[in-house]
Amino acid sequence: MAELLAKTACEGLLPLQIAGLTLHEAKPVTMTTIAAYTGQAAALDKALKAAHGLGLPTVNGSSAASDARAIWFGRDMALLLGPEPDAGLAQYAALTDQSQGWAMMELVGDGATDVLARLCPVDLRLSQFAVGATVRTEARHMMASVTRVGEDAFMITVFRSMARTLLHDLKTAMEAWAARG
Amino acid sequence: MRIAGKGLSTQPKSVSFTFNGRHLMGQEGDTLASALLANDIHLVGRSFKYHRPRGILTAGSEEPNALVTVGHGTCQDPNQRATTQELFDGLEARSQNCWPSVEHDILALNNLAAPFFSAGFYYKTFMWPAAFWEKLYEPMIRRAAGLGALSGEADTDSYEKAYAFCDLLVIGAGPAGLMAALTAGRAGADVLLLEEDSRMGGRLLVEQEEIDGLAAVDWVEIVLAELRSMDNVRLMTRTSVTGAYDEGTYGALERVSHHLPRSHSLKGSHRPRECFWRIAAKRAVLAAGAIERPVAFRNNDRPGVMMAGAVRAYLNRWGVAPGERLTVFANNDDAHRTARDLAQAGVHLAAVIDSRHDAPDSDLFPVIKGAQVCNSSGGRQLESITVRSVRGEEKIQTDCLAMSGGWNPSVHLTCHLNARPTWQRDLLAFVPTPGAVPGLRTAGACNGAFSTHGALSEGEAAAAAALEDLGLARVAAALPQADDAPYRIAPLWAVPGKGRAWLDFQNDVTVKDVAQAADENFRSVEHMKRYTTQGMATDQGKNSNVAALAVLADVTGRSIPETGSTTFRPPFVPVAIGAMGAGAADQGFKPQRFLTSHAVAEERGASQLEVGLWYRAAYFPKPGETSWRQSCDREIMYVRNAVGICDVSTLGKIDIQGADAVRLLDFVYTNTFSTLKQGRVRYGLMLREDGFVMDDGTTARLGENHYVMTTTTAAAGEVMAHLEFVAQVLHPEWDVRFASVTEHWAQFAIAGPKARALLNGLLDQPIDGDSWPFMACGEVSVMGIKGRLFRISFSGEEAYELALPASYGDSLFRILLERAEALGGGAYGMEALNVLRIEKGFITHAEINGTVTAFDLGMQGMMSKKKDFIGKAMAARPGLIDADRMQMVGLKPVGAVKELSAGAHLFNPEDPVERIQDQGYVTSVGFSPLLGHMIGLAFLKGGAGRIGDEIRLVDHMRGIDTLCQVMEPVFYDVEGGKARG
Repeated sequence: MAELLAKTACEGLLPLQIAGLTLHEAKPVTMTTIAAYTGQAAALDKALKAAHGLGLPTVNGSSAASDARAIWFGRDMALLLGPEPDAGLAQYAALTDQSQGWAMMELVGDGATDVLARLCPVDLRLSQFAVGATVRTEARHMMASVTRVGEDAFMITVFRSMARTLLHDLKTAMEAWAARG
Repeated sequence: MRIAGKGLSTQPKSVSFTFNGRHLMGQEGDTLASALLANDIHLVGRSFKYHRPRGILTAGSEEPNALVTVGHGTCQDPNQRATTQELFDGLEARSQNCWPSVEHDILALNNLAAPFFSAGFYYKTFMWPAAFWEKLYEPMIRRAAGLGALSGEADTDSYEKAYAFCDLLVIGAGPAGLMAALTAGRAGADVLLLEEDSRMGGRLLVEQEEIDGLAAVDWVEIVLAELRSMDNVRLMTRTSVTGAYDEGTYGALERVSHHLPRSHSLKGSHRPRECFWRIAAKRAVLAAGAIERPVAFRNNDRPGVMMAGAVRAYLNRWGVAPGERLTVFANNDDAHRTARDLAQAGVHLAAVIDSRHDAPDSDLFPVIKGAQVCNSSGGRQLESITVRSVRGEEKIQTDCLAMSGGWNPSVHLTCHLNARPTWQRDLLAFVPTPGAVPGLRTAGACNGAFSTHGALSEGEAAAAAALEDLGLARVAAALPQADDAPYRIAPLWAVPGKGRAWLDFQNDVTVKDVAQAADENFRSVEHMKRYTTQGMATDQGKNSNVAALAVLADVTGRSIPETGSTTFRPPFVPVAIGAMGAGAADQGFKPQRFLTSHAVAEERGASQLEVGLWYRAAYFPKPGETSWRQSCDREIMYVRNAVGICDVSTLGKIDIQGADAVRLLDFVYTNTFSTLKQGRVRYGLMLREDGFVMDDGTTARLGENHYVMTTTTAAAGEVMAHLEFVAQVLHPEWDVRFASVTEHWAQFAIAGPKARALLNGLLDQPIDGDSWPFMACGEVSVMGIKGRLFRISFSGEEAYELALPASYGDSLFRILLERAEALGGGAYGMEALNVLRIEKGFITHAEINGTVTAFDLGMQGMMSKKKDFIGKAMAARPGLIDADRMQMVGLKPVGAVKELSAGAHLFNPEDPVERIQDQGYVTSVGFSPLLGHMIGLAFLKGGAGRIGDEIRLVDHMRGIDTLCQVMEPVFYDVEGGKARG
């Protein structure tokens, strides 16, 4: 009997290396949106710390533990990356499994900020957008989530179906950046 | 001609290029203009209207005359200014607006007919008959008058756009800009310094003067070295700021590749031609310098008549003397520097003609005071000028006249937010009005500080003020010592006399034209501009605006401040449309959304249909099938007879949770959801506030307070936004949260009499009709993977939608197809899906077209009377429930012609086919292989009461005219027993 085989969102598309820049698919992990119910943010924050060792991220921020990360994901919403969410969190927040809904790429290398400046109309200078900062913005025509995961490393996330377009747009920008030398 | 020992390059490399097919040599660092002048070429182009011979006037981006076309074929780049086009090996440039050549231009005949072509000529002459304008006059005028042309082929170069952010944006890298950048950079501010030239330094590159005891150009290098050493300072050359916008946002055009050798498209090299920047700056310093203005006198447009500052620039920066026997004509001291530099370089200077009686004397050259140049002679190059003074008129032989009517500060950007500049009488110039652009300060020549000392000190002061705003401490440093000569000038705008004295070189506007406009009562400066077209060319009148309004002031007897200036608008320099739309060609036009089943569909040769951004399989052809209809008919019969599989993941899926989730559903749907049991699905209809139908779909109740709503593919985003609006604005007190899960699930319709059999081969726990009745839903396990199963049907058959996490989509689709094929079924695409739903009278956005009400769809019964919902009150308006409204009906052909078409209109058989007799229109059609004929859905006036009537269908576009019978809009299994199983 045949069995169901899983494919990642960027399977067969990545990695990509241009000049000193690399683009690869982020390691697939469980992704859960967490939206606190009315008046439950503080309790949720506490429960998150107890269950996963990280608090609710502030607006445009993220929080991290050894094997988990939570990024701000829009109005009253965080995205938990890594662990299966503790079932107890459900009394404080709407939990929604998003694990397969998003294509998540990491752009790494000196010049990553310059490349993203071709796609995103937001201020990604290190002084303004430190490691751990996150933003919901546009990547060209797509709505995206961009998080700085290192001084020269960003995680860029778009809807799964748009993985090829994100790759196209990033590749174009990377090539143009590299061509300028 | 090149002067040995002059110019900034010490040992320049030779560069070869062609101009109008002629092979020429220039040197590294040249612009096309400096290289042409070095080759003694003055005639560069023909003027816009009269095809008069024109040469190089300036040395900057304000150049009105020397526009050329660079390259050819798909890389052809028209209207490049020779003064900004950098020379490179292999550059091919040619003149524009001339035929057969720039030397012999047939349309120069226009020049002889000039008396007829004065201001307002077109408006008066080509008025009658009206129809002639579009068909005859306009094409004729456009052919005769013009600039360079596009190649007519698609542009194969690429463009780029980018965003930048900084604390301080410094616009212009002359003395003021450099000093501002240095001051702010030393204080640690994040500085972005932009310069439109290929090299930073501004006028310091072209003037003979000293700063701190160093040659100015050496001081520039030292400053640049310091700026480059700072991590917090970014320097960009070849970048013009094009506009100032709200909140400290600026547009800028970076010319990335215009200066690079190339023989073909840039695409292969990935290098963009231009990059359009959007810059957000906390503070800005405008140090854009000033533009020298011509003096209007008869025949002042002859090649060889140039701006004095430009002549100085060609000499000092590029080592080129634009003539052998030069003259200078001015009303200010500054132009005397041109004479001094020329004389010191050993170039023969015939005379300096100064309109002022108190002009300074010189040991190096004769100065004719209180005199004016009133005419020029020569053919395609200047041969002599006529000088008028109290002594009468005399001719002076000269091949280059360097003229100066004073300097106009480049106030443009300060006016982009609608401020007007201020007239400063002692400078005879407009200066920026302070605070014109919030957060932007002006410094140096663009602020009316014309000396180098003034520029340095204002640049430093502007940066210091910006630093204070930014909360940064200044590092104390002494201001460099520099020249601080006063700017002395006396008014001289136009030299009186007969003949044509040119104001606007690019649009061929003369002093007479402005006077005529005033005569005809176009006395407002904005009216004069439009009547004469002064300032409306690609240079936006950079050289001519102030002089033109001074002439207007004079002829209307008003002062210049009373007359006012025209409006400065972006862009400051011409911007290619390609740069503004950068990245939007080809795949960059819009995102492409691919299903998890896409690879399988491609393997099977499926034809793809674009549905919004999604790509969906239209049909899956089999060997031997010659038309899409054969594939479509076969796929329909899979569903009707066996089992068909279709990817329906594109439908919007919204996860809704919270104590008030059901209140939200009751509020956005017309029908009731509070009675929906767990494990069940219900169809719902949504209205807009105005009472018209917005969307339809199903919502499943998965848990106590947990629902998943399905929207149509087309309206997924709109519905999500609608829910956000309701939750954020209308009922913020409700405890409800939602998230889009459209992309998390790969969802497949499994439809047909054998659907359950197929499913039971996959599910870890088989189902039956009792445990999974029609409209049931719940969690299932498929080969060990958790998923969701919904028993819903869009085809009228017993059907299920099975959803698994998207990672399994590809694999699941393959397995489903294999199983379906074993049962005599297979994949079906959008074409079959469409026919299946038309047979059942199910609606899509072809029917929900924004003008349709629930009443029109026959769904008025779904509008609950027991509760409020969005659109309820508005949907009850009499006009929206009028029995004569167009209502949805079915159609089948009964005449000789058996074809139906969507978009066709309906008429009573006895009526003439006229717009006013229109009875309705067809929204969807398809061929039903079950029924053996075409069927359609249509909206027909009073349709519900006309079932059984005959109606005439007319499609003028496709040439279809057929008689139809009006039917109930359900063609198949009217009772619905099949779906219920």
